[in-house]
Amino acid sequence: MVASSGQQPDHGPVDHEIVGRGSREGARLMRKWFSSLTEAARHDKKAAYVFVMGNMNEVLRTFDMPIVFPEVTALQTAVRGTSVEFLKEAEAYGFSPDVCGYVKADIGMHLLGSKHPMGLIPKPALAVTTNACNTYFKWAETWERMYDVPVITIDIPNDRSRGPRSMPGDKDFKFELAYVVGQVKELIAECERVTGKKFDIDKFREHLQHANTMSRYWKMLLALNERTPAVFNALTDGLSFLGMANCFRASEEGAIFFKELYEEMEYRSRRGIGSVTRKDGKDVPVEQRFRLGFLGVPCYPIFRGFSEFFTDWGGVFVISSYLKFASGGTALGFEFDLNNPIESFAEGSLLTVRETQQGLLFDFPDIESQLSPYKLDGIVYHGVKSCRTASSGLADRRFHTSQALGLPTLLLESDIVDPRAVSKAQLKNRADAFFEGLISRQQKGLVASR
Amino acid sequence: MATAAPLFNGWQDRPLSEILARCRDLVEDSTYPTVKAWRANGGRVLGHFQVYFPEEIAHAAGMLPVKVRGGRTEGISVSQHFGSFLCSILKTSLELAIEKHLELDLLVTHPICDGARNLAGIWGRNFPYKAEILHLPQNPNSNGAAEFLRNEYLRLADDIVAAGGKPVTDEALRRSLDIYNHSRKLMRDLYEIRRTTPWKLGADESCALVGLAGFLPREEFNALLETVLPMIVDRPARQQDRMRVVLEGGFCEVPPFDLLQAVSRSCHVVDDDVFIGLRWILEDVSTFGDPMANLASAYINKSSYSAVQHDNEKPNEKMLLKRIKHANAEAVILASAKMCEPGLDETVAYSKELDAKKIPYFITEFEENQNTFDDISIQMETFVENIMFD
Repeated sequence: MVASSGQQPDHGPVDHEIVGRGSREGARLMRKWFSSLTEAARHDKKAAYVFVMGNMNEVLRTFDMPIVFPEVTALQTAVRGTSVEFLKEAEAYGFSPDVCGYVKADIGMHLLGSKHPMGLIPKPALAVTTNACNTYFKWAETWERMYDVPVITIDIPNDRSRGPRSMPGDKDFKFELAYVVGQVKELIAECERVTGKKFDIDKFREHLQHANTMSRYWKMLLALNERTPAVFNALTDGLSFLGMANCFRASEEGAIFFKELYEEMEYRSRRGIGSVTRKDGKDVPVEQRFRLGFLGVPCYPIFRGFSEFFTDWGGVFVISSYLKFASGGTALGFEFDLNNPIESFAEGSLLTVRETQQGLLFDFPDIESQLSPYKLDGIVYHGVKSCRTASSGLADRRFHTSQALGLPTLLLESDIVDPRAVSKAQLKNRADAFFEGLISRQQKGLVASR
Repeated sequence: MATAAPLFNGWQDRPLSEILARCRDLVEDSTYPTVKAWRANGGRVLGHFQVYFPEEIAHAAGMLPVKVRGGRTEGISVSQHFGSFLCSILKTSLELAIEKHLELDLLVTHPICDGARNLAGIWGRNFPYKAEILHLPQNPNSNGAAEFLRNEYLRLADDIVAAGGKPVTDEALRRSLDIYNHSRKLMRDLYEIRRTTPWKLGADESCALVGLAGFLPREEFNALLETVLPMIVDRPARQQDRMRVVLEGGFCEVPPFDLLQAVSRSCHVVDDDVFIGLRWILEDVSTFGDPMANLASAYINKSSYSAVQHDNEKPNEKMLLKRIKHANAEAVILASAKMCEPGLDETVAYSKELDAKKIPYFITEFEENQNTFDDISIQMETFVENIMFD
């Protein structure tokens, strides 16, 4: 395969220290994160509970709080095949089968003693929620009732409609920013109260700097897949990167991880080393016949199997909306101004969280546009019962995008965490039919070009 | 106003029972004949999805605010636009617009839930007029929330002008506040009748009356209630000794009136949260000073509660206890719309609180397109008997 970056591929010997480094390091860091939570739980050190979109890590790390991402711990229960036990526990407690499975997997785990399959989860000292997902509020309120902890809200005024948005300097942006700045200051005051520590603005600057590094490389990393071959599969490799983007956000380890990950991927891109998939215990290159975009959220209960519905046909997901919104909008590449840390942090939060919502609620130009730089052959929409934010508009978007772009599209429904809502055979049948259509379309194109 | 003549006719000078029946027919009429009449007279229409919307701003601009709250539809023309796991009101609301039963010049939705937020995008793809989110603050406890909301209302006022409304002057807004203050007073009076003499008005009848406020010009609605309220007070209904209950969970998708009627046969529903958005502000909004600031402040500081608002000062389960106490109710019906995530989540919190306080409750789910109510009737009778003979 030839890299389409305009450069000739480098055919020298492959450095195996570099290739695969991101996967190895990512797995190590994720284990480390769970170990740190276990340690905190054992010593009864209380944590900050946060959500991926608008997680305020920069502030919370300044107060040295262990940070728990319940979305990450919940999805891990599904990946590890233990979510049903927790879901049933939450349903026995009173939760409906029709509400978010993340919430239930998490609450079920708390009801069963906060014992996660990868370690112990410390109790909360506070919870921080944003309006990026309305279920965040209900989830945080549940901890509030269970543990009598304060819930701090950061309400971000998002895009109100499709089309132009307020930008720095605009009249509307000023009042939106003033609201967010006030809330960031209120968050800092509450952290001071809860931890008994004084806010250290220099330490805050350090975390902002690490976050800047991570954002910069995350943006560059996603752009690498505009080239052919795609160096990572957005639906598998991308998700492990996402774990780092959240759990290590604004940390030195996170900054180093993303710098090195980018170096690896850029190296691979230069050499035409595309994404790999696991087959019979070995990493084998994915045949990249079809470049696909993914809108929605993953199917963690059959994580690898779901991806194989596509890779088995030579489909590779080169871009996913999930990598952007579930990284809290950091792919925007916004960098905080260290000379004006609080106001700049508020502005960055406003712009990045808003970016997540624009993609979730309105449109995602990287995929749903004629101008997409990813040169897509098809789009897969995956709606789940557990996430109305990401899923409510998908059918309508598919309806309009397929008309506007003339691209083959596939709409699937299952769940992000609940295997009881996943019909593997039905999903596979639909994926197979999608690829038969893609192949037929490709063949027609070949005939026409002759 | 586009017209000074009433849009809703045929009820004047009729007996109370007939007026109530006609009101219910109109509220249940998904073709919105009065809104069509308004448009036929050259009027502009602002549609606002549940729950709360500051109608005064649209009113001051001369537009007709219409509460978009779904309805009974066939569900065919929206099948390509929605997934399978969504509540009914999202789907039927869009269908009413696609089928041109409800024609708008601007659609405003709110960040009340993840589905409702998506409506702005969905509507925007399907109709040529603007569809937007009004960002009602979700951190009402922040010191900056009221000022933010005032500015957000000013932003909305600009969009209303762009949609054909008149510029919203302070003077016009004060006049609208007066009309709406009066309207809220009339609705409070209606609920007071239910609280003190519930045998005079069923929950279904009451909700049909309040539902009119969602699409009639407010002056016309006020005139109707001014006529009807004394008639209800004088209604020769026999006092009945039934269990007093609060119904909670109708804040967005409206429970079918037949369901409310079925419940009212077994007990007195002395308070509820149906159409709570129309009754959200609990006291008069001051007309002195900056009217936009007053309206914004009232949303935060003089307001009710619901499962779709997070407010540290108003934990919903504590607010429900207040509602129960104020209504002097003995039990609660927790009725959530099917697939309504906030409603279903809140049911857990409510039930735990009611368990702790040893207040009996009954949990059920409903859907606007529901057709059979025999089960709920039997369940309610059993529930009431269990408590009465406990």
